[in-house]
Amino acid sequence: MARSTQDSRASGADLSLTSVTKRFGGFTAVDDLDLLVERGQFFALLGPSGCGKTTTLRMVAGLEEPTAGRIDLGGKDITRLRPYKRPVNTVFQNYALFPHLNTFDNVAFGLRRRGVRDVKNQVQEMLDLVELSTYGERRPTQLSGGQQQRVALARALINRPQVLLLDEPLGALDLKLRRQMQIELKRIQTEVGITFVHVTHDQEEAMTMADTIAVMNHGVIEQIGGPMELYDNPATTFVSNFLGQSNLVAGQVLGRTGDELVVEVEGSKLGVPVDRARQTSGRVWVGVRPEKVFLVSGGTSTDEGANVLGEARVIDVSFIGVSTQYLVRMPWGQELTVFEQNTGARERFGVGDSVDLHWTPAHTFALDASQDARAGDERYEGGLATAGVGT
Amino acid sequence: MSVADVGETLEGRTGKPPRKRARRSGWSTGYLLLLPGLLWLLVFFVAPTIQLAATSLYDSAGSLEAGYAMTWSFGNYLDALSTYREQFVRSLIYATTATGLALLLGYPLAYAIAFKAGRFKNLMLMLVIAPFFTSFLVRTLAWKSILADNGAVVETLKSVGILAPDGRLLATSVAVITGLTYNFLPFMVLPLYASLEKIDPRLLEAGKDLYANGFTAFRKITVPLSMPGVVAGTLLTFIPAAGDYINSELLGTPRQYMIGNVIDNTFLVQLNYPIAAACSVVLMVVVVVMVLLYVRRAGTEDLV
Ligand SMILES: Nc1ncnc2c1ncn2[C@@H]1O[C@H](COP(=O)(O)OP(=O)(O)OP(=O)(O)O)[C@@H](O)[C@H]1O
Ligand SMILES: [Mg+2]
Repeated sequence: MARSTQDSRASGADLSLTSVTKRFGGFTAVDDLDLLVERGQFFALLGPSGCGKTTTLRMVAGLEEPTAGRIDLGGKDITRLRPYKRPVNTVFQNYALFPHLNTFDNVAFGLRRRGVRDVKNQVQEMLDLVELSTYGERRPTQLSGGQQQRVALARALINRPQVLLLDEPLGALDLKLRRQMQIELKRIQTEVGITFVHVTHDQEEAMTMADTIAVMNHGVIEQIGGPMELYDNPATTFVSNFLGQSNLVAGQVLGRTGDELVVEVEGSKLGVPVDRARQTSGRVWVGVRPEKVFLVSGGTSTDEGANVLGEARVIDVSFIGVSTQYLVRMPWGQELTVFEQNTGARERFGVGDSVDLHWTPAHTFALDASQDARAGDERYEGGLATAGVGT
Repeated sequence: MSVADVGETLEGRTGKPPRKRARRSGWSTGYLLLLPGLLWLLVFFVAPTIQLAATSLYDSAGSLEAGYAMTWSFGNYLDALSTYREQFVRSLIYATTATGLALLLGYPLAYAIAFKAGRFKNLMLMLVIAPFFTSFLVRTLAWKSILADNGAVVETLKSVGILAPDGRLLATSVAVITGLTYNFLPFMVLPLYASLEKIDPRLLEAGKDLYANGFTAFRKITVPLSMPGVVAGTLLTFIPAAGDYINSELLGTPRQYMIGNVIDNTFLVQLNYPIAAACSVVLMVVVVVMVLLYVRRAGTEDLV
């Protein structure tokens, strides 16, 4: 994956971080991190608060010096290069617009420092791009949050950096504006073709915008891949819980038939495709996404070869329009989540009903059992009680 | 009070939302709160200023005992200006120089306190204010012995050849300007510190990210953002320095006298009230005009 830095640098990798570590005193904020971002990609760095996303970006921007490791940009080592000498620009988490300059001068700042001619036209073009052409005279304090955000974007983008770093630029915006800006950002990125490294702790934002997502936790990268790959085939319990939700049940690998592992879970035998198993022997977490599971009345026969967990009882039903979320308790006491699309074709259940869960083996994955099954699950990490699926 | 009451009953009747009423009474409260200040200004500033202006137009032939006649003698101003032109000009030169020096010394000091002092910040601020614990007079007298003819400073300067063997510091312009600079330095440092301290260090990071090296970031970000402090500091230094007479009195000779000495002397020794008042008015007008021009030039949009 990210280990083969040497090869990928040759194949057009724009930005590469190799074994980068950052310590603040005794605290390790970023731990032996490897990362590859290809030219022209929209790359998202996703992770919970405090996991080291900003620190990673700051090291790329040159505002923080790595304790160890190296950073290359377009094949050149920039690890110790001064920030103002790097062809990298940042949209800061708090925008950091210059309060003494108006929009025009804020956007022109980088061009003027580099002694570029034709500042006026370029700035005007950039203001057009972010739809602020008539706001050139305004000071940052006279702009709304969304407008400030666009000025910050224009101020960085106008320099045509090799990599544009965006540190939760949409964090301060309300949901509607946020969605709007996500589309806008994606449009601009496609238009200018510059590599974007976008930091966020919003998984939905990362999935809708990015070509590639790196999921980060406690200073290390848990998994890198496309949004679909990460969602369908998570490598760790953290990824399986942080990106969407997962049902993880403890199982024991019995053996293998063809391309499938046979795993025993509380007396039932479940199939897991071998290429979706991160561990192929011993104890594993067997995982399935809630929307991949179907509920049927207890004891109903199902398709041959389906994975079935029986004798569950519905303990909570929440109807949310397009779908219904069921919380069911398994005979061994664990609570699992099931999302049923409200297509009208499916049977509805009420609290107390006895049900079986079934799903196709192809949607099953298996993870290393030594990990905490609750890692990355905001219902637990956010300190909320175990009850209720309503997230 | 009654205005607010009427407002309240009116709104009670028309049933306007309470938020609006709160704003209304806040509005009149604002004016009520201004009242003591306005009264104070009226009694202690406006009235004396009018009296001063009137005095400057009295017949200068009068005396305290015989009384003064109001003769609208604008000639007093011509007299004052022609007799004391030298001291006027000297005051402005000394005050400008001292202000410039204080800015030169104060900016790095305030910058260091704001950005580099770390946990010594409060201690350094204390040290800046510490001189105020003794009297202005005592501090200036201390400089008299520091700059004394056989003192360490003069001896050292002589031995390195900066000062001629028979040269002296005391009783020169240098001594007076040094004293002015020293005495008003805290008035420069404190507002500078306050405005530097407020600067968000992330703005400097943004500057560096946008191709500004350390010096350019200082010039294009730190300096403009500290302008309110520069303006406040230079005003707080220049205005009192221009009217000062203690430093020239104690560290200088009549050849270093400033307009403050003249006013002091004409008021209290010559008892020539009209001329003294004319000098005071001229000083006031000149300072106000200079300040206005300066504030206009320094672009103090952010001061307000
Ligand atoms: N200058 C510093 N000194 C000490 N610790 C720091 C410093 N900067 C960051 N940290 C610590 O490093 C860790 C990672 O910080 P970072 O700012 O990279 O988090 P983040 O992933 O960007 O979080 P968020 O989503 O909340 O912005 C945090 O635990 C933080 O407390
Ligand atoms: Mg951050």
